[in-house]
Amino acid sequence: MQQNNLILRTTTTLIAFLLLGFAIYLFFAGHNSPGGGFVGGLMTSGAVLLLYMAYGIESVDKMLPINFRILIPIGLATALATGAGSFLFNVPFLTHTFGYFYFPIFGEVELATAMLFDLGVYFTVVGSVMTTILTIANDQKV
Amino acid sequence: MYTVNLAIMIPFLAAIIVPIIYKRIQKIHIGWFVFLVPTALFLFLVSFIPHIANGETYLYTLEWIPSYNINFTTYLDGLSLIFALLITGIGALVTIYSIYYLSSEENLSHFYTYLLLFMGAMLGVVFSDNIMVLYVFWELTSISSFLLIAFWYHRKSSRDGAQKSLLITVSGGFGMLVGFIMLYVMTGSMSVREIITTISSFHDHALFIPAMLLILLGAFTKSAQYPFHIWLPTAMEAPTPVSAYLHSATMVKAGIYLVARFTPVFGGELTWFWVVTIVGIVTLFWGSFNAIRQTDLKALLAYSTISQLGMIMSMIGISSVALRQGYSVNTVIYTQAAFAAIFHLINHSTFKGALFMVVGIIDHELGTRDIRRLGGLATLMPITFTIAIIGSFSMAGLPPFNGFLSKEMFFTAVLSVRELQFTSEVWMSLIPVIAWVASTLTFVYCMIFVIKTFLGEYKEEKLEHPGHEAPFGMLFSPVVLGFLVIVIFFFPNVLGDYVIKPAMYSIFPQLGAEDLGQHISAWHGFNTELKMTIGVIVLGTLLFISLRHWKGIYNWILPEKLSFNSLYGNSLEKVEDLSKFVTNSYMTGHLRDYMVYIYIFFIIAVGGTLLNTKAFLFDLEQYSSISEFEWLITIGMIIAAIAMLLAKSRLTAILLNSVLGYGIAIFFVIFRAPDLALTQTVIETVTTVLFLAAYYFLPEWKKEDSKRRSKVVNAIISVTVGVLFTTIALAVQSGKLFESVSSFYENAYELAGANNIVNAILGDFRAFDTMLEVVVLLIAGLGVYTFIKLKARKGDNPLEDK
Repeated sequence: MQQNNLILRTTTTLIAFLLLGFAIYLFFAGHNSPGGGFVGGLMTSGAVLLLYMAYGIESVDKMLPINFRILIPIGLATALATGAGSFLFNVPFLTHTFGYFYFPIFGEVELATAMLFDLGVYFTVVGSVMTTILTIANDQKV
Repeated sequence: MYTVNLAIMIPFLAAIIVPIIYKRIQKIHIGWFVFLVPTALFLFLVSFIPHIANGETYLYTLEWIPSYNINFTTYLDGLSLIFALLITGIGALVTIYSIYYLSSEENLSHFYTYLLLFMGAMLGVVFSDNIMVLYVFWELTSISSFLLIAFWYHRKSSRDGAQKSLLITVSGGFGMLVGFIMLYVMTGSMSVREIITTISSFHDHALFIPAMLLILLGAFTKSAQYPFHIWLPTAMEAPTPVSAYLHSATMVKAGIYLVARFTPVFGGELTWFWVVTIVGIVTLFWGSFNAIRQTDLKALLAYSTISQLGMIMSMIGISSVALRQGYSVNTVIYTQAAFAAIFHLINHSTFKGALFMVVGIIDHELGTRDIRRLGGLATLMPITFTIAIIGSFSMAGLPPFNGFLSKEMFFTAVLSVRELQFTSEVWMSLIPVIAWVASTLTFVYCMIFVIKTFLGEYKEEKLEHPGHEAPFGMLFSPVVLGFLVIVIFFFPNVLGDYVIKPAMYSIFPQLGAEDLGQHISAWHGFNTELKMTIGVIVLGTLLFISLRHWKGIYNWILPEKLSFNSLYGNSLEKVEDLSKFVTNSYMTGHLRDYMVYIYIFFIIAVGGTLLNTKAFLFDLEQYSSISEFEWLITIGMIIAAIAMLLAKSRLTAILLNSVLGYGIAIFFVIFRAPDLALTQTVIETVTTVLFLAAYYFLPEWKKEDSKRRSKVVNAIISVTVGVLFTTIALAVQSGKLFESVSSFYENAYELAGANNIVNAILGDFRAFDTMLEVVVLLIAGLGVYTFIKLKARKGDNPLEDK
């Protein structure tokens, strides 16, 4: 039974990308404004979930050939590696640092190792939220 | 030089080697190797006798846990030497006997391993000076005895007997441990010798009497004193060498040893005298009274052991008077009670060991030991018969056997009690009367043992094998013991001067050493004791002849269901039933009940603390005011929460739950927590999606048809918990003790380069928490995935069973 969800699908195309953009903004804004890896990851999952709801599982699986389960260990490894990296500089685990760098287009930009840690959080959140919801939704009713 | 410590360890080392030899060397009976151990130890210990008789003692210390004062200290003195000689000497004889008694099909390596373990543990008990080490060996004797009783573990009665003996002796052992700890708390020392020298200043200590009673509990359970004697008759399920060794000559005397060893510690106390003497006398009477009704020879001997142990115990109790009254010419008579006790202890080991072996021979050769099927064996088994006569007559206290001497001394001891002024004269003279009656009963069961087994008509049709004499190897040990019985009668003073006298120094170290010895004479004049013995013989003979006429009183006075045995069995059953009942009554299997327990505990513990500390007070004045908008949201959330309880469909409940979630998000906005508000909004959305995804799979929403009463209980509990929580939340605000640490985080820009304090805390200051929360997410995601993907399909075996 194929329903014609033209309006839903059209708006979804627009909104999903707005959401994804907003998610990335939230992630990067986290250091100085409200936002961060956790809420950014949740927002990304929200956008992808919206795509799933509008287009169905098969089409989205083709559109986004990402295995979300893999994202969980990747995220955790990133967070751990950021923490363990501090050992290289002979400082305690999870010591962060930051600095200001000049880039051609962006001008002076602050870069902090805490952002890398946040990236790990981001990936884990996306991975586990998507894994949870997709496995439950894909399960056959017995 | 740790020779005594080594002597204790040798049986343990041999116990390790025995199974190895057993596998390698099949031709020679393993028992012969084992035989070397007690024999060598016996000869080694014999070499100490002259030194000990000169008053020397030997002390060796091997450090074990020095920081806790627990050291493997051995103390070789007169008292421990006697016990050690009995353990090794009778151990050697029992080993020879068991070589011929047990067939080679039995699991001999187990048997001898357990036996050696027991021997080593028993030596450890008698040599240990440190009370904790003594306790260790004490429990080892209980355990090895347990293993030996259940040697034929395929029989139910063996297992029951082993269980019963373990339960009783270990319970007593625990009591003793507590007593030892009390003693240590009082005196600050774990060495018996040191405790003896310092104990006089602790007689008024609050722990003195409890420690005494608990240590006595351990001794009484081990030595099968009334009413803990019930394990000994059931322990007769063990192989007969074990019964002869453990349950007549050694283990049951561990309690006697303990009482004798602790007499200098507690003996000055009147309670000690009363408890030990009365328990001993009652055990003496009860054992001899019950021995007569037994039809199984081993049970008869078991009760006679109980009775004789009670006799020794009562003599040690009487001897403690000497410590109370100090040394004088008048108290010599009481120290002689201890002398008599040790003398009888040695005598009992000889004749009871021989008697058990006789029973073992009868059982082994004829296939039964039921007294009703035996008779007329005197001509068929002359040597066995002779030993039985020697043993029984010695036990009955007849000349010319060693039991006669010690029984006379026992009468002297009980008669001396009359002169004590502790309580009215009538009560005091009751003790000799009971002792005399018990001796008469002893005479009766000794006659039963000899006459019913060996005389009368021969009933071959009731026997499994026709009667014939046992092989020489089996007869060797009982012959040696029977020979000793007579030798001790004719030369008692050799034993008295060289072995018993040094032991007296150990029991009465506070008294002068000179007059502790005693000259034993077979003929001591025509005095009260001799008249009492003649009375025993006359009345005992009359009672034996008329046995048929009065035997009925046993069933009349003591029906089986009123015995201590059935009390023990019933209470064991009742305890099991009760604990099952208690467990089943609260472990209902309903989650709701467990939640009720948890919340009731929370209410009682937390609410009680709040009430108790008066911490529930709070002051509404200090809180900021509430705006109309906040009221509006709060009321909306309250309505949603109450409506959720009354919701008819699951979808309504899910949506009402989101109302609560979004309400909280709005509050986060109002209270200026943008990060939280963002996260709360998104997470609420995602969880609602999750709920709806799961909703598809859930069965129809059914109202719980729980009882009205449990609903009321639920309501009361939830309202109470809610009120309690609100109170705590309000109360903790009112009494702030410290400044908040948040001012530190306000430097986030300088320290972490971040303007967003919340994120700086999450990602930098307290990133460790965040990292672990990431791990939580990982586990949750993988958990959901594996739960759903790895479930057993139809027809698969359940995964749990693999």
